[in-house]
Amino acid sequence: MDKKRRDFLKIAGVSTLAGLGGATVAGRLVSGSSPVQARAAHVVDSAAQEAGHGAPKAEAGGHGATGEVAKSGNRWGMVIDMRKFREHPGLAEKVVHTCHSIHNVPNFPDKKDEIKWIWLMEYENVFPEHSHYFKNKELLDHEVLVMCNHCDNPPCVKACPTRATFKNKDGIVAMDYHRCIGCRFCMAACPYGARSFNWRNPRDYIENYNREFPSRMRGVVEKCNLCAERVALGKQPACVEACGDTKAMIFGNLNDPDSEIRQVLKANYTIQRKPSLGTHPSVFYIV
Amino acid sequence: MFEKALKGNNYYWIWLAFLGSLMAIGAFCYVRQFNYGLGLTGMSRDVSWGLYISQFTFLVGVAAGGVMLVLPYYVHNFKAFGRITILGEFLAIAALLMCLTFIVADLGQPMRMLNVILHAQPRSMLFYDMIVLNGYLFLNILCGWVILTAERKQVPPPKWIYIFVYISIPFAISIHTVTAMLYCGLPGRHFWLSAIIAPRFLASAFAAGPALIVVAALILKRVANFDAGKKAIDKMVTIIIYAALTNAFFVILEFFVGYYSNIPGHKHTLQYLFFGLEHNGHVYNNLVPFMWAFVALGIAGVALLAIPYSRKKNEFLLGLGCVMLFVSLWLDKGIGFVLGGFVPTPLEEITEYYPTANEIFITIGVWAMGFFVLTILYKIAVGVEHEIEA
Repeated sequence: MDKKRRDFLKIAGVSTLAGLGGATVAGRLVSGSSPVQARAAHVVDSAAQEAGHGAPKAEAGGHGATGEVAKSGNRWGMVIDMRKFREHPGLAEKVVHTCHSIHNVPNFPDKKDEIKWIWLMEYENVFPEHSHYFKNKELLDHEVLVMCNHCDNPPCVKACPTRATFKNKDGIVAMDYHRCIGCRFCMAACPYGARSFNWRNPRDYIENYNREFPSRMRGVVEKCNLCAERVALGKQPACVEACGDTKAMIFGNLNDPDSEIRQVLKANYTIQRKPSLGTHPSVFYIV
Repeated sequence: MFEKALKGNNYYWIWLAFLGSLMAIGAFCYVRQFNYGLGLTGMSRDVSWGLYISQFTFLVGVAAGGVMLVLPYYVHNFKAFGRITILGEFLAIAALLMCLTFIVADLGQPMRMLNVILHAQPRSMLFYDMIVLNGYLFLNILCGWVILTAERKQVPPPKWIYIFVYISIPFAISIHTVTAMLYCGLPGRHFWLSAIIAPRFLASAFAAGPALIVVAALILKRVANFDAGKKAIDKMVTIIIYAALTNAFFVILEFFVGYYSNIPGHKHTLQYLFFGLEHNGHVYNNLVPFMWAFVALGIAGVALLAIPYSRKKNEFLLGLGCVMLFVSLWLDKGIGFVLGGFVPTPLEEITEYYPTANEIFITIGVWAMGFFVLTILYKIAVGVEHEIEA
């Protein structure tokens, strides 16, 4: 839907519904969602919605909710259901392997050169703002998958001096490897440690070269791209596909109230990494 | 005026040859790095900036420190600085060249350097850093050269140059402020995320820059028969002491905020830098000796500068005090500040950084390049002074 048409519908919607509907509907329209979405959103219990997926409204304020998140267009997001990963041992490792082999992520023997897009970490490393005292056994025994959060308000994009890191229109934080000058400012800016740098030529350390996806050169930063290349073709990200029918990872449009991901977010309590920083991650965890 | 740099005694040439050989080693090591990649450094995924950027951060301060001569002389008409203001301006040129070289040495893809201009991103602090660093370099070359040329002809400098002199003062402040903003605007890095970083940087800059100029002036007095004047040196020492004490005060404030608030994130890096940070049964402390050396040299340096005997009667002790303070501030900003900021990582782990030999030689090479340029510029400045006197 192009912008003018959306604007027209917005105004038309406001003028029609202002008299009929409640203040919520009008407010929602003004804040930028399309009439279709707005009507659907109206059906959703707004209290449950807020508690469920944690995307705060502008007026929510407070330390953990600064600014407004995008409400129009696609905003791809991910739910990582840790319960499912606990049920299926070895699934997380399979996810990591699939992602790294599809994207030609090199496997360096030396940790100093390490590059990773998605990997496993202890719970307390991933969620340092949550209490670590008296953790239950399940959290102690199982590591958590971490990846780029594809923030709504990404500090890396702001830091990049050449726009080599950018947020595309669907909310994916992507990299232009050909423009990156390798200053690594984005690595200092990312509060989630999601970015890697090619300290040396990665091509010698790619185990099985995937010709469908480009490899990188040395001297540039790289990270998870939420499989932008697959999503563009209407496919699911490789990690989600690797999970098969387990539903351990759910991918979808956070702006569509009817999407599967929104249903999952509505039905479950989820947490995000470091919410107090106001970056609004698009990756949600069910603990 | 360059011909003045081509005549000198044996010591002059030996000194330049010494610096030149260090530069050659550095250049050789850089070629190695260029061919292999930054993997030849000790940097890693967790500590993604190392010696290069930390040297850059410190040297921006040295460059900005020159303004402590320019400002009193041009704004307050403090005549005693007349002879040495040019030393401040030329020091800024040499320091800025080092800064820019360190940035280039740190890039993974130096061939794409111009992307910062071709695809400029005005939300990035690096964009502004590029503007102010190059701007300040240009202003210092212009002002230094025009004023020295006028001095040589024994005519007053042209009026228009004063516009650039006055512009250069806020530029000096801004180079260090913007460099501080590279760090203090980043979420999730508690040690850097402090509003006091820019003032702290400026305070240390206003001590480190003039300290180096005092040392240079004392050396020039011995080797080049160039006397900056007792009054000028004395006033600079006063500036250095106040700036160094302000810097120490700011460091103590950081400790107060971290330890009194008792928020773990705000304490971790200070703990790591000064006492060692325990993590999974292992104590990480490779920067602790550097930080205590910073404290010890800082106190000893300020004491030497403040005690009347060493300050007024003994030039060796005065010079020693300045060197100690310079090294102290280098340890603080050129080592601890940048490297410490990466500990702990965003994933609450600790990775320690050790520079490699290749990296250290490149760093030494860039420093040698700076002193090479500085020597030549000072030779020209002193040559002009002698010519006027003759």
